[in-house]
Amino acid sequence: MTGDRNNNDVLKPDIVISSRVRLARNLERYPFPFRMSREQSLKLLSEIKDIVIKSSATAADNFYFVDIQKLNPVDRQVLVEKHLISPDLAESQIESAAIISKDETISIMVNEEDHIRIQCLYPGMQIDAAWQLCNNLDKLFEEKVDYAFSKDFGYLTCCPTNIGTGIRASVMLHLPALVMTGYIRNILEACSKLSIAVRGMYGENTEAAGNMFQISNQVTLGQTEQEIIANITSVASQIIEQERTIRNELYKQNPYRFEDKIYRSLGIFTNARIMTSEECMKLISDVRLGIDMGIIKTIDRNTLDKIMLLTQPANLQKTIGKPLSPEERDLRRAELIRELIKR
Amino acid sequence: MNERVRKMLCQHCQKRIANVHFTQIVNNKKVELYLCEQCANEKSQFHIDSPFNLGDFFSGFIGINGASPYIHSVQQERLCDVCGMSYDDFQKTGKLGCGNCYKVFGERLKPIIKRLHGNVEHVGKVPQKLMKDLNAAREIEKLKEALNKAIQNEEYEKAAEIRDKIREMENKKI
Repeated sequence: MTGDRNNNDVLKPDIVISSRVRLARNLERYPFPFRMSREQSLKLLSEIKDIVIKSSATAADNFYFVDIQKLNPVDRQVLVEKHLISPDLAESQIESAAIISKDETISIMVNEEDHIRIQCLYPGMQIDAAWQLCNNLDKLFEEKVDYAFSKDFGYLTCCPTNIGTGIRASVMLHLPALVMTGYIRNILEACSKLSIAVRGMYGENTEAAGNMFQISNQVTLGQTEQEIIANITSVASQIIEQERTIRNELYKQNPYRFEDKIYRSLGIFTNARIMTSEECMKLISDVRLGIDMGIIKTIDRNTLDKIMLLTQPANLQKTIGKPLSPEERDLRRAELIRELIKR
Repeated sequence: MNERVRKMLCQHCQKRIANVHFTQIVNNKKVELYLCEQCANEKSQFHIDSPFNLGDFFSGFIGINGASPYIHSVQQERLCDVCGMSYDDFQKTGKLGCGNCYKVFGERLKPIIKRLHGNVEHVGKVPQKLMKDLNAAREIEKLKEALNKAIQNEEYEKAAEIRDKIREMENKKI
């Protein structure tokens, strides 16, 4: 029980879904991916692959290699939904790859916008641990290759928005109470003043489905990595505190209404026969809030996380094992939810 | 297009690598040339040295606002000598072509970078391999300051010592 409480204090799983850090790096000897010839991109791919395979620190059998060009659109989208590759990499027209650790914590994207994008993803509030892991992988590469680097601009990237540290640190937060009360607008304003970007679940230009918000640093140059991590941690902590306060306030004001809303959503979630992905995300948000507030005890967070992933369009088709029309998906989605809860 | 530009020789001398995108309007026709810096200079010099030719005189006389129908404008654009990107390409795509582009277009990028990051100086981590060079460069800077101070104080023996040390360090770097 104590362990559980400690875990709650540190990881804050009631609000923080996941923490992610990614580093953008380029090699000196090649033009950036969009300017590379086919030969160059293939050469770079095998060079990076070799480093990972031959490194004892990473132990090759802990990784699998994904040749993006050989994947069909559904399999690409499965990886996007798992946050293992970016939507940009999924649409890549050039020879590109992802080197993914078997526990799906690490993903090294090769030939995305930059030559290498090292990404580490952890559940809950573990932004610092994600940064440490990224940093270790970065050290592994920098021993073997010469990075494009300048004294003034730091690590050089294809787009000047990433130069300097090349770091993007983000946390995914579930903020239903802030959305319900409209206070989210104040948060968004405050964040933009602090150069913190707020985005939807899948990054740039995506909507905040299911009250999920991804907050990340916008500035990458002129601050140290530690400062950037500390800044995101402190902004996230403040948002988490506000969300918790408002959740409790809402419950105190009218516990019956609060519980009624949660149970109605739970009822539809567990009994519906047709479920669109949009409705699914809304209901997952309510059910998660119910679990967080101790109202729902029959479903745990892990099960809900699993449902959230497997009901996304591509993962759903992968689970069922065949392509589905949107109408079929809505039927199968409802079915899968009932099945996963029963287990 | 990119492939073609990447290793193009100067279209004038056919010897050096082209790194200037030269646009000229001649007889109301746009002429685009990829030239090396030297030839581009010569070309624009030619233009500047003869601003008033017979054609100009007549066109002025005919009254087309005094402008020459033969040569309206000359535009020169520096290209990255590694990947062949121009600054114009960057403005269109928001992307740079390679690490060297930051050297070639650095001064023009600085205001944009400042707007993006509020800052133009990297203070984060540095690749281990470069740490030594960076520290050496900083050390040389410091020694140069000490050298000036020694000279100002007329401590010539000390100055000579510092000078030798700087030379030694600079030689090592090469």
